[in-house]
Amino acid sequence: MKKKTTSVLRLLAAVASLAILGAVTSTLHAEDAAPAPTPIAFADAPLKAQTAYLQAALTNGDPTATNIAPVAIAGHTAWMMVSAALVLLMTLPGLALFYGGLVRSKNVLSMLAMCLGITGLVTIIWWAVGYSLVFGTNFASPFIGGTEFFFLKGIDSAPNTSYAYWIPQNVFCIFQLTFAIITPALIFGATAERLKFTALMAFVGLWMFLVYFPLAHMVWGATGLMNGVWNADAKIPAIDFAGGTVVHMSSGWSALILCLLLGKRVGHGKEPMPPHSLVLTMIGTGLLWVGWYGFNAGSALAADSIAANAFLTTTIATAIAAFVWPLLEFILKGKPSVLGMCSGAVAGLVVITPACGFVDSTGAAIIGVVAGVVPYFAVTVLKGIFKYDDALDTFGIHGVGGTLGALITGVLVNPAVNGNLVSDAYAAKNGLKAAIESHSLLVAQAKAAGITIALAVIGTIIITFIVKLVIGLRPSVEAEHQGLDITDHGEEGYNH
Amino acid sequence: MKKIEAIIKPFKLEEVKDALSELGIEGMTVTEVKGFGRQKGHTEIYRGSEYTVDFLPKIKLEIVVADGAVEGAVGAIVKTAKTGKIGDGKVFVLPVENAIRIRTDETGDKAV
Repeated sequence: MKKKTTSVLRLLAAVASLAILGAVTSTLHAEDAAPAPTPIAFADAPLKAQTAYLQAALTNGDPTATNIAPVAIAGHTAWMMVSAALVLLMTLPGLALFYGGLVRSKNVLSMLAMCLGITGLVTIIWWAVGYSLVFGTNFASPFIGGTEFFFLKGIDSAPNTSYAYWIPQNVFCIFQLTFAIITPALIFGATAERLKFTALMAFVGLWMFLVYFPLAHMVWGATGLMNGVWNADAKIPAIDFAGGTVVHMSSGWSALILCLLLGKRVGHGKEPMPPHSLVLTMIGTGLLWVGWYGFNAGSALAADSIAANAFLTTTIATAIAAFVWPLLEFILKGKPSVLGMCSGAVAGLVVITPACGFVDSTGAAIIGVVAGVVPYFAVTVLKGIFKYDDALDTFGIHGVGGTLGALITGVLVNPAVNGNLVSDAYAAKNGLKAAIESHSLLVAQAKAAGITIALAVIGTIIITFIVKLVIGLRPSVEAEHQGLDITDHGEEGYNH
Repeated sequence: MKKIEAIIKPFKLEEVKDALSELGIEGMTVTEVKGFGRQKGHTEIYRGSEYTVDFLPKIKLEIVVADGAVEGAVGAIVKTAKTGKIGDGKVFVLPVENAIRIRTDETGDKAV
């Protein structure tokens, strides 16, 4: 009887929320958009302006001086659609298989369900308010976006020139959505095998609002506090090309706090908990690496020379880290492991992420070496000293690696590979250019890292206590023994 | 009638099977098992975590033969399964009271 009432209540809640969403959408769409200025049509412009416009279009330049409105260009748009698909591939099935292989077989589906569930939930939030809260500007706030794009109002195939001149805003929106999907999904490697699915989804819903949206706006929003490259008024002229702070530090530090508050797995340290399939983990690693080209090179938001450099630096850093990690194992433990090669690759990808569009190949090689060394010791030594159960090493690789990447970007930055670092329009005004020229960018990078850690830690503490109070975090000990696949999802990964 | 139970290294199964077939032994039951004797397990390391794996994979082979065939069968198994290294396994011989072939109702030596 009680169960039936609960189901009816759930159904009512679902219908009610849909109705509210619908009502709000129609109201918003009824409002009139602000009148846009009317630029010259391409055909009516003088030949010189046409030539300048075309050159800007081909090289991802700024066409403002020509007074011809930018449109979506074939090459840039094609690359960005591919990039968005590549970044989604990182989550589905890259991360799902990477994490899925690392847990015991009784929990493999819980990792797949986590990735699929987050994709659905975050997409809904992104469509409703998320995109607007990150990339809107009508609050004119350094901390959060605006309301103008709620329910993707007015988002079509025309470019949003605050972010990219030559790609459609709908593609930009989906590209950014795929980042918003993988970021929370990374967290739950640390809490694997012992967090209820309902608690996980509730955590994500709150975390997007308290941590991700503000942070992504601060770093990438046109009015963002730490957007050194694209906001002339940025108080902290920090740089983060593809998400070292927004994606890896935020998820890594949140993962540490959540796994501390959650406690260890039942039997942790007493019974063996080896990965059930390193074959799946290897497939996941390969998909993450390939998908990461969309993540890093795609973050140029065009098929341009900066994207090409990011493609190069990503490859070099990752391959070197994937070699250095198992080399350390070979020297210190005697055997280079497949898990070590996979971990090194992911660590390399993480550390090069904030730097990939700002460093040259020498910088990338240095990053590859430190990415193979520092997270290795975080995972094998640090975790042992402090005895937290970061089950799949989200903190060790993403938290430590992300922080390392954010800081080292400030040291290895090279404006020769990316002219935006010293642009007159933005970098000269907010102090980024001066910081780079005086080799003091590390200060801004450290401030950005500090803000990210503070936001992730405080946000996670608040959210965890709310979720614990309302839903509860852990399954019963018996359910944990049986495995989350059966207790949370009513199915098994392998029936033979 | 005797039952011969042999615990052998998995990669020796084909050789043992061929040797027994040459002796005219027509059937056997094989099971993948885990266990340990004097050959201890090994250590596995996953990032920072080290686990000792005590139980090693082995093959358990079971055959039932007439009394006269026991010596030859045991000899064939010991000879072919031997590598001379620790962990080669063991052979046990047990008495069997009766055997019945289900299809024909034959009993005793005729049924094995």
